[in-house]
Parts: sequence; C-alpha cells; structure tokens
Amino acid sequence: MEHLIKVLPQLLRGAVITVEITSLSVFFGMLIGLFMGLGKLSKNPLFKLPAVIYVDFIRGTPLFVQILLFYYGIPNLVFQYTGNPFNIEPMIAAVVVCSLNSGAYVAEIFRAGIQSIERGQMEAARSLGMNHSQAMRYIILPQAFKRIVPPLGNEFIVLLKDTSLLAVIGVIELTQSGRLYVASTYAAFPAYIGVALVYLVMTLSISRLVDWTERRLGVSDRRE
Amino acid sequence: MIVVNNLVKNFGSLEVLKGISERVKPQEVVCIIGPSGSGKSTFLRCLNLLETPTSGDITIDGKSITDPKNDINKIREEVGMVFQRFNLFPHMTTLQNITLAPMKVKGLSQKEAEERAHNLLIKVGLTDKAHVYPDSLSGGQQQRVAIARALAMYPKIMLFDEPTSSLDPEMVGEVLAVMKDLAGEGMTMVVVTHEMGFAREVGDRVLFIDEGIIVEQGTPAQIFSDAQNERTRAFLSKIL
Repeated sequence: MEHLIKVLPQLLRGAVITVEITSLSVFFGMLIGLFMGLGKLSKNPLFKLPAVIYVDFIRGTPLFVQILLFYYGIPNLVFQYTGNPFNIEPMIAAVVVCSLNSGAYVAEIFRAGIQSIERGQMEAARSLGMNHSQAMRYIILPQAFKRIVPPLGNEFIVLLKDTSLLAVIGVIELTQSGRLYVASTYAAFPAYIGVALVYLVMTLSISRLVDWTERRLGVSDRRE
Repeated sequence: MIVVNNLVKNFGSLEVLKGISERVKPQEVVCIIGPSGSGKSTFLRCLNLLETPTSGDITIDGKSITDPKNDINKIREEVGMVFQRFNLFPHMTTLQNITLAPMKVKGLSQKEAEERAHNLLIKVGLTDKAHVYPDSLSGGQQQRVAIARALAMYPKIMLFDEPTSSLDPEMVGEVLAVMKDLAGEGMTMVVVTHEMGFAREVGDRVLFIDEGIIVEQGTPAQIFSDAQNERTRAFLSKIL
C-alpha cells in the first residue's frame, strides 16, 4: 500500500504521456481512416489500391513489429542509403506509428459504416442534383458517423492499451513508468497493479464518454 | 420533353430493358404499369441516370443525358424523383430535408430556401411538421415531405417510383391527392404505379411494360377498357 501511494505520482506522469499519444493518434488516425475508408470504397484504382495495401499491411502485422520497424528500421535504412546517421524522436515515432496503426482499423470502421447506409439515401441525394462529395458530406457521413461511434470507441480503447508497447522504444508512458519504478524498488505487485488500475480508470472513462456521445447523437434516431 | 431512343439496360447477363423508345410531351402525365420485374422501375431510374443505360439514348429538355459530356448533376436538378421508400434524410428535420439541396446545389440563402420550403409545406399540407424528424411522421406524411423536397429544386419533370406502394392503405389517398394537384398545375410526370384509379383519372397516357418492352400504350380509356394485347388484358384482369 505504501508503495502504491509512492508510485502513483510517477504513474500519473506516465498516464499523461499515454493520454497525449492516444489523443493525437486518435485525431490523426480518424483523418487517415476517413480518407483510407473512402479510398477503399472508391472505384478509382488510384485511390483504392493504396488504401487496400495500407490497410492490409497494418492489420496483417503486429503493432509491436510496426514500432520496431519504424523506430529502428527506418533510421537504419536511411543510414544505409545516405551514410548519414538518422534518428527519430521516440515521441514522434510513437504518434506516427499509433496514428498509422489506428488509421487502418478506423478505415475499416468508416467503410463498414458508410456501407451500412441504405442505397436509397445516396440515390435521393443524387436525384436532387448533389454531386457525390456533397451527398457523402451532408447525407452519408453524418449518418454513418452516428453508427460507428461504438466501434470507434472500442478502437480507441484498444489503442490506449496498445500504447503500452511503446515502452520498447523508451517512451516513458504509463507501463514504462511502472517498469522503471519496479527496476529501482523491486515492488512489482504494487507498481503493476497500480498501472493496471490507472489503465482501467482511463478505459472506463472512454467507454462512458462513448455511451454519452451515442445517446446525444441519437436524438433524431428511432425514439419509439 | 423526354425522348427515349432504343433504351437497353442489362444487369450482368440479364436483359431488363430490351429497347424502349418513348416520348413524353411537356405537361403530360404518363403512368407506367406492369408486373413486378417487368423493368418499369428500371426504365424510370434510367431517366435520371440512377441506372446507367447499357445502350440507347435519352434526351431531357433537349439535352442528351446519355452523352458523358453533359453534366448529369445539372440535369438532375431539373428532374425530381420520389421513391417507393421515401428516402428522407433521417438526421434532418422536415425543413432541413427540403432546404438542403436548394441551398447546397442552387446556392439559395437559408432564408430563400426556407421561404420556398414553407410554401411547399403549405402545398402538401404539412406546415405544422416543419421541425420534426422523419421518424415521427407517418408514411403518408413522409412521402408528402419527399414530394416537397423534390419540388424545392423547381424541377421541370417529376418521376415517381411506386410512390404509394409502401404505404398503409389509409394513407394512399393523401399522397395521390398531392400528385393530382401537381398534375393539375401542369407538371410533366412519369409515374410507375399500381394505383389503376390514379392512372385512369390523372394519367394522360398509360404504358404497359412487360419483359423489358412497352407492350402496349394508349389513353387510360384505351388501355383499361379496350386493351388490344393479350398480355395487357391478362395483367389487367389480375389486378382490376
């Protein structure tokens, strides 16, 4: 208990880093996901092919490997070709990899959400003279977004927990904070149960937030 | 107003429309009848390119819509469409449903668009429903909003794809009444329908489509009382 109280400030500092990385990655992941999702639905191979390859690559490889590849692999590759030493800031690597990773899952969520909107909605919009982008923007995406709030929330929870893998490149996020405490005190149980509890508080907060958003967006939906 | 020349539409290897040629005059109300799967809805949907014709051409108001050089969005502004399943935008109120396209496509200000919408809501008898969402409207009310939404673009032609087929029987009348008013004002209309009473009373001409061709066409009186073709008579005897 004594250790738990002592470790807590350190864990909270780590939690702040975890939240920073997660929020930035959620933001960029949503942007990437929206465009890649639309890309996957595009009939134009110029948009579709890159999106398909990107999503397949990210979803088909472990996040852990993606972190290693980006943080250690890319600088190595640059060094091989240019002969100049090249390093990436761990925090930047963290946000880039997590955004790219999340983007692929979000792309699939967007794609499924857009496809779940009845064809008649697009037809009605087009029959009124709207072009494809207007129909997407005003009719399809607002409805799709409402439906994808729960899976998006789920994805954010997964992402938040997965940032623990960033310990491997020395980002002192929540898990790494716990490990550092254990390294100096050997108090493994208090430190790691503390880490677990802080994650739990954060993930439960996200799911409450998602429930609330879902309810709030639901105003124009079936009320019977 | 509408000139269709040898229109063919295939879905894969299935030939749905097998060469339809037809002219619709300004202010004419043409009703299309026929068994389900006959291609009548597909024909209607080709008229604003919701389906892309496999071959043949369609001219609306002098402009070829099958010519890829012409801007289909511009042409669609002049051709309103009402769907069997209403297809109102569920995330928008009645008023927003009606004002969206005039604002975004025609560039009307919100005030202009709302004025237009208000007048249309008077026309379809739903002024008290301007600020509710579609899910709290009955089917008949939703379809009347859908008609107002299409009319808000001030189209020259209105297409109706079985507008009363998903309505409860007691709501069919209110929608047909709105359509009848519209016909009375001189709107050019093409209506795919199973409402033979409407076709008889409001239609200037009736087309009987079966297996992808216009089997027979004529005035309502000719078709309903004096059909020449065996298939027309067989179809009518089943539904009248």
